[in-house]
Amino acid sequence: MLIRRPADLAPSEITPQEIYHQRRNFIRHAGSLALLGSATLTSGSALAAALNGIAPNKIPIEDKPTPRKDVISYNNYYEFGVEKEDPAHYAGTLKTRPWTVVVEGLCNKPRSFSIEELLKLAPLEERLYRMRCVEGWSMVIPWEGFPLSALLRAVQPQGSAKYVAFSTLADSKMMPGIKYPILQWPYTEGLRMDEAMHPLAILAVGLYGEELLPQNGAPIRLVVPWKYGFKSAKSIVRIRLQEAMPATAWAVANPKEYGFYSNVNPEVDHPRWSQATERRIGEFSKRKTLMFNGYADQVASLYTGMDLKKNF
Amino acid sequence: MRAWLKTPSRTAISLFKIALFLLCLIPLTSMAWRFYTDSLGANPIEAITHGTGDWALRLLLASLTITPLRQVAGLPWLMRLRRMLGLYAFFYALLHFTTYLWLDQFFDWAGIAHDILKRPFITVGFAAFVLLVPLAATSFNAAIRALGGRKWQALHRSVYAIGILSVVHYWWLVKRDITQPAIYAFVLIVLLGARAWQREKERRRQLRATPLRRVIPINLQVK
Repeated sequence: MLIRRPADLAPSEITPQEIYHQRRNFIRHAGSLALLGSATLTSGSALAAALNGIAPNKIPIEDKPTPRKDVISYNNYYEFGVEKEDPAHYAGTLKTRPWTVVVEGLCNKPRSFSIEELLKLAPLEERLYRMRCVEGWSMVIPWEGFPLSALLRAVQPQGSAKYVAFSTLADSKMMPGIKYPILQWPYTEGLRMDEAMHPLAILAVGLYGEELLPQNGAPIRLVVPWKYGFKSAKSIVRIRLQEAMPATAWAVANPKEYGFYSNVNPEVDHPRWSQATERRIGEFSKRKTLMFNGYADQVASLYTGMDLKKNF
Repeated sequence: MRAWLKTPSRTAISLFKIALFLLCLIPLTSMAWRFYTDSLGANPIEAITHGTGDWALRLLLASLTITPLRQVAGLPWLMRLRRMLGLYAFFYALLHFTTYLWLDQFFDWAGIAHDILKRPFITVGFAAFVLLVPLAATSFNAAIRALGGRKWQALHRSVYAIGILSVVHYWWLVKRDITQPAIYAFVLIVLLGARAWQREKERRRQLRATPLRRVIPINLQVK
């Protein structure tokens, strides 16, 4: 399912042509900017080189991608403000180089990874994923990244590791929203070990063939397409393997409304609004929300026998 | 200058009204223009829903500001602007409600009925809108005459409840950050508080004006 793609679907039908050109431009740009000698841009070009190697054909769905301008201007990233347009306005201050991700806890080889090391950890792949926000809107986003399982395997998890906790950067100098106690900072998210090892769960470093922008969670973020968007933590600095279920940001903020699992489920409403339908950004009519966001074939087996109303 | 402001001529008041009429149209024309030029952002329907709701609430609070403002500033003619503000509040509330019925729910009546019954923030928002309808319907002079001033005023006091319901509607719909609804709540509390304070002042003034009554038990006073 993941790798297979209908043979009659040309890449040009998947990614708009101008984006392809932008991608080429981006690679050229990254190269020429690297001449300026800044560390940021040098590593940017390393990413560009890595992205250049991706065959844009590993596309599991046929949905039309949401225009890039919408993906980079309509975001929830409370560290930069609570309005949808705030991240695009204010996240420019986020310094994404140097960047390290500490992987620790119940594993044999805990260590920290520089972003450069992460980019080389596994071959980058393009994944066109649906993204369903708990608020009732959705997008279809072409990410570039690698399976989260590749990173977890690198640190050799111990048998006692049942959960994986993710922490986002919380830097009040770069993130104006940290001043307000809207959520518990740093933002934390979590997955069960088997969810984290699932091949659909990825760490994304690129979007639409370009380096991830700060408002989308640069330089590295989680993408778990069968769960509500807030589960996919942005700008990750710490990953911890642990035995206990992590206390996740939204579940701490409002345990009645947000659970640990937060799987997309049209049959389990948010206490204040219906989850049966969604507004796909760029579309006029609403569409029906799909079980596990349309990834039931791949992930439903993770939850066999669980009461999804209780484990929401 | 001051005299002109205290007792403006009929023409000046007419000009004020025209200016206010056009001013209140700005949010709508701005939204329509941004819709037309595709600059309402990634989620235009949400932007319209929130925009019309915001302006309904703002204009409702503006109409509630007239009475305390005219008392504090000593500008009785401000009263002549109140009806327009109230009707515009209703107009934006109607647009807000229509957006919900049409663009959000696509006239799915079962879904709408379910929302109104089961979703508290929709319930209170809907109640506020329903209560606003008779006020808009009785806002012209003939209706005031037909009802009689006293009855009309009693009916229109429901605007206080509408204000509270509207702020609650906003408060209950936000996901996490309650700053915005809290600002509206604060303004509403000030406006309702000003009325309570004015009432209390008036009561005391009356008591002072008729010193004998002070010794008469309150229940006898009613007659």
